[in-house]
Amino acid sequence: MFGPSHPAPQQPLPVPTQAIPPGTANRLAIVLFSGTVDKLMSASILATGAAAMGMDVEIFLTNWGALAFRKGDYKTNTRVSADYADYHSTLLERMAAKKVTSWMENLEDAREIGNVHIAACSHTMTLFDLQLSDLEPIVDEVIGVAAFMERARDSAMTLFI
Amino acid sequence: MAATYQIDKTVDAKGQTCPMPVVMLAKAIKDLKPGQVLAVYATDPGAKKDIPAWANKTGNTLLETVEEPGLLTFYIKKA
Repeated sequence: MFGPSHPAPQQPLPVPTQAIPPGTANRLAIVLFSGTVDKLMSASILATGAAAMGMDVEIFLTNWGALAFRKGDYKTNTRVSADYADYHSTLLERMAAKKVTSWMENLEDAREIGNVHIAACSHTMTLFDLQLSDLEPIVDEVIGVAAFMERARDSAMTLFI
Repeated sequence: MAATYQIDKTVDAKGQTCPMPVVMLAKAIKDLKPGQVLAVYATDPGAKKDIPAWANKTGNTLLETVEEPGLLTFYIKKA
C-alpha cells in the first residue's frame, strides 16, 4: 500500500500520560473566529439553541470574531464570507425580507434564557489595541487561550466557526 | 382534533424562523407555575422536531402537537 517514501510507523503512537476527562459537561463551547454575518448568524443560532436546551454556552472571540463585537459594529456589518460573494446581496435581502432576528439579538436572547459567557481573546485585543470597554457590553471579559481551554476541555461539544 | 386544555399562556411564534420558536418558548415557560399549560403557535418547519426535543431535554411535557395546513400548535405542560 505505502511506497518506500511512506513507510508504516515502526513505533506505536505515544499514549497520553494524563487521562483526559470525557466531554460530559452540559456545555457548548464555540471558538468564534469569523466576523462575517453568515457565520455570526450560524454561531448565534447554535448558541441560542443550546441555551434554550438548558446547556451552558462558552464563546471565545478571536480575530474577526472579536472585531465584530466592537461597539456599534454589528449595526453596520454586512460582510458575507468571500467564498459566497455571489450570494452577498441575496443573503442580506432574504434576511431582511424574512425579518430574521439579528445575530446580536440572538445572543441577547441566549443570555436571557440561559447561562452564556462570552470572552474575547487577549491576543486579538492586543493586536488591534482594543480594551474590553471598546467591545459591546455582552462581552464579559478578556481571557487567554489557556483559560478558554480550561472551560472547553470538558464541554459536551466545541465548535470552531 | 385537539383535546381541550386549560391554557394559561400562549406564545405566537408564527412567521418566526429558527431558533425563535424555541427561544420564545423558553422565555415564556419561566412565567408559568408547575402544571400550567403553554400553547405555542409556529410555522417554522423545524419547530415540529425542535419543540419535542426541547421538551425532552428540559423535562417539560409536550401534551400534544396539532398540525394544520400552515400551522403547528404545541401544548406544553410545565414540569
